[in-house]
Amino acid sequence: MKKLLVGLALISASFVSMAKEVNVYSYRQPFLVEPLFAKFTEQTGIKVNVVFAKKGMAERLAREGKHSPADVLLTTDISRLIELHDKNLLQAVDSKTLTEAIPAQFRASDDTWYALTTRVRNIYSAKRMGEHAFTYEELADPKYKGKICTRSGKHPYNVALVAAMINHHGEAETLNWLKGVKANLARKPQGNDRGQVQAIHQGLCDISIGNSYYFGKMLTDKKQKVWADAVHINFPNQAGVGAHVNISGVAMAKHAPHQDNAKALMEFLVSVPAQELYAETNMEYPVRVGVKRSDLVASWGEFKADDLSLEKIAEQRKKALMLIDQAKFDL
Amino acid sequence: MSVWLLALALMVPVLTMFYASISASSGVFSHLWQTVLPDYIQNTLLLGAWVVFLVIVFGVPSAAIISQTNVYGRRFLRWLLLLPLAMPAYLVAYLYTDLFDYAGPLQRFLRAQFDWQSPQDYWFFDIRTLAGAGVIIALVLFPYVYMLTRTAFEQQDKHLLRASRTLGFSAGQTLFKVSIPLARPAIAVAASLVLMETLADFATVQYFAVNTLTTAIYDTWLGYGDIAAANAIASVLTLLVFIVLVLEQRSRAHQQHQTNRPNQAQPLLQLTMWQNLLASGYCWLLVVAGFLLPMILLLAMAFDYSTGEQVVELLDTGVNSLTIAAYVATIATVLALVFASYRRFSQSKGKQLPLQISGFGYAIPGTVLAMAMLATFGPLDHWLNDLAASMEWQQPGLILSGTIFAIVIALVVRFIAIANGTLASGYDQIAKSLDYAPASLGVSLPKAVGRVHLPLLRPSIFVAWLLVFVEAMKELPAVLLLRPFNFDTLSTHIYQLISDERLEQGALGAILIVAFGLLPIIWLNKEKAQS
Repeated sequence: MKKLLVGLALISASFVSMAKEVNVYSYRQPFLVEPLFAKFTEQTGIKVNVVFAKKGMAERLAREGKHSPADVLLTTDISRLIELHDKNLLQAVDSKTLTEAIPAQFRASDDTWYALTTRVRNIYSAKRMGEHAFTYEELADPKYKGKICTRSGKHPYNVALVAAMINHHGEAETLNWLKGVKANLARKPQGNDRGQVQAIHQGLCDISIGNSYYFGKMLTDKKQKVWADAVHINFPNQAGVGAHVNISGVAMAKHAPHQDNAKALMEFLVSVPAQELYAETNMEYPVRVGVKRSDLVASWGEFKADDLSLEKIAEQRKKALMLIDQAKFDL
Repeated sequence: MSVWLLALALMVPVLTMFYASISASSGVFSHLWQTVLPDYIQNTLLLGAWVVFLVIVFGVPSAAIISQTNVYGRRFLRWLLLLPLAMPAYLVAYLYTDLFDYAGPLQRFLRAQFDWQSPQDYWFFDIRTLAGAGVIIALVLFPYVYMLTRTAFEQQDKHLLRASRTLGFSAGQTLFKVSIPLARPAIAVAASLVLMETLADFATVQYFAVNTLTTAIYDTWLGYGDIAAANAIASVLTLLVFIVLVLEQRSRAHQQHQTNRPNQAQPLLQLTMWQNLLASGYCWLLVVAGFLLPMILLLAMAFDYSTGEQVVELLDTGVNSLTIAAYVATIATVLALVFASYRRFSQSKGKQLPLQISGFGYAIPGTVLAMAMLATFGPLDHWLNDLAASMEWQQPGLILSGTIFAIVIALVVRFIAIANGTLASGYDQIAKSLDYAPASLGVSLPKAVGRVHLPLLRPSIFVAWLLVFVEAMKELPAVLLLRPFNFDTLSTHIYQLISDERLEQGALGAILIVAFGLLPIIWLNKEKAQS
């Protein structure tokens, strides 16, 4: 037993003792962030250790408390950042580099979190339908009965969209909207954003909701290109408030043992080369103003984004979930 | 006494979960109750019943065919029928959905053949339903029933079977009136294992868009942010399973099974050609649907998308998986042996309990269990570090909750029920008279266990180790949440690719999981053939 303890201590100590390193808890996929980390290590000599998980990361962090090895947290959506913030697991990072690179609406008012990329919740429509200026609201119109496909209503991306709807239209109207969309579904909500486009390609439905970067990823995949070729990517509500936008973001853990390295990594992630890498490899919109989009993403054109604050969206998240359950959206 | 302590130690995460559920507020509950919870409960019960029904329909006849008839290819089918165990359910779900979906190759082919244009033009079963999910789960879990039932059949006292035939029962009547009733403890144990595994499943049902109580657990926790309510639902689920187990055991409390005079000379039932074709066809169908077809799909993907370098890169990951699975299987089997022996030899009234309560963890979804581990070991770690600080030693960091220690213990808690069940039913096959014989010869009990019982238990010990090993290889959610930095297992590797919708690139890892699961199955088969 004693030997075992010593052995385990050595394993865990190896994470603490090396000075030139930074520890990342990531909700984001490793293959996406690894090229970025490799570049960071190359530039600074700081080694990046990663653990990737989605469910329970916030609880793990909370349980670890002041002994947590985590320095930097990477998330895929605004609700996770707010959750970490509300559980008091973050610390403010005072960095001119960050505040200058990132527009105010894409960072926390108390400097505890920063967006790295933005992504639009697009409406995809079958090319056979022709061109049309879609709104999220009209998805509840009975004329689309049996024509709409979507993933689970309770996926964070959809919950954020519903939360934005609550902000714009209030609860009662949003509930009606959810019921209307539900009545228009071609099948029970299932699969992921790409699966819906595949279903459009196969003729199962005509309209789906999905994040912008999936379109780029499908177009560059040998098997999925035909799916993407069957649809238009639409930026909804261009005549109104604009398209709903979500973010991926970064924050520093409250008890980060390597604060300087963590700050260095965060600042690196908004640097021009890193932002370009995000744009190129994952087809997202770089948050830093002036960084070039990937050619493919740029070819979808300019669009008007809803400027509703992310914090307001996050505030309505729980309410959104309750309405989704109330509409029995997934059942 | 120490047996009780061990069992209680394994209960700690479950107790932590119960404790954490006390502070659950009623707000989320009443909202869920008014909206979706009744549907979730209904789905959970239906799914559980459907899967248990299916695994019995799949597992018992195949066990009977293999152990009692001269079916074609018996020698191969005997272990081929175990192979589906090596397939993670979530993987098969993914593969079959791809295959049978509206957009899948099969329906595309049919549409092209018959010139159907839209889903309204024809009927095709929808795989993304409760029924579909049940079939997939049953296809990879029925080997539990097959394996334990077959072992029971093979160890049955053949004199009873002969007596039955002598008294005028046909072979079929003997099967239903003697063999199956005698094998009932084994069938019940296996079915309850399957039930628990089904109730704890999240990945498969989510993929099939079937909302169950595990959906409710994750929604309340991750969506509504109410971890106490999530723990409460998980606790209710656990209690539900406990009640089912107790009822089942009560129902056969007064049955006595006296066996273990296996007589190898018992001739196999000779089937007619048609019977034989039907019997072997049934077995092959299970092997193909549960193993060969998914394997072929995986191989095709790997062939398309993978390179030799990836194999080398995956080896480290594979070693991680093997290491964890071997630790878990060994610890769980040793502990289960202690509990099962205590149940057999103790004079105390509650001799059953350590075995029962230590297996509670199986019905808890992996992530919830992982949270309970953090809640258990986190404070312990803090205490150790404070202690070290007060002694002015170097602080060890999170040596319990932040290392593979937590993963191994979590998986032992989760899967020991399998070893418990297997070894308990193994002991039940050993005649009680053997407990007393050594004593009458003046041999002490420990010695007798070592010389008599353990050798007789050997097949069950192997089966227990193997089953836990294979399950630990496949486990995903607990490993995902508890793992240290830069640490991947094959299951986390595949999960990361699947969640990015790139199963093609994960096919290689999936094949490795299956292959590593196959090694002990084949080894076990050899071992059994020799003994």
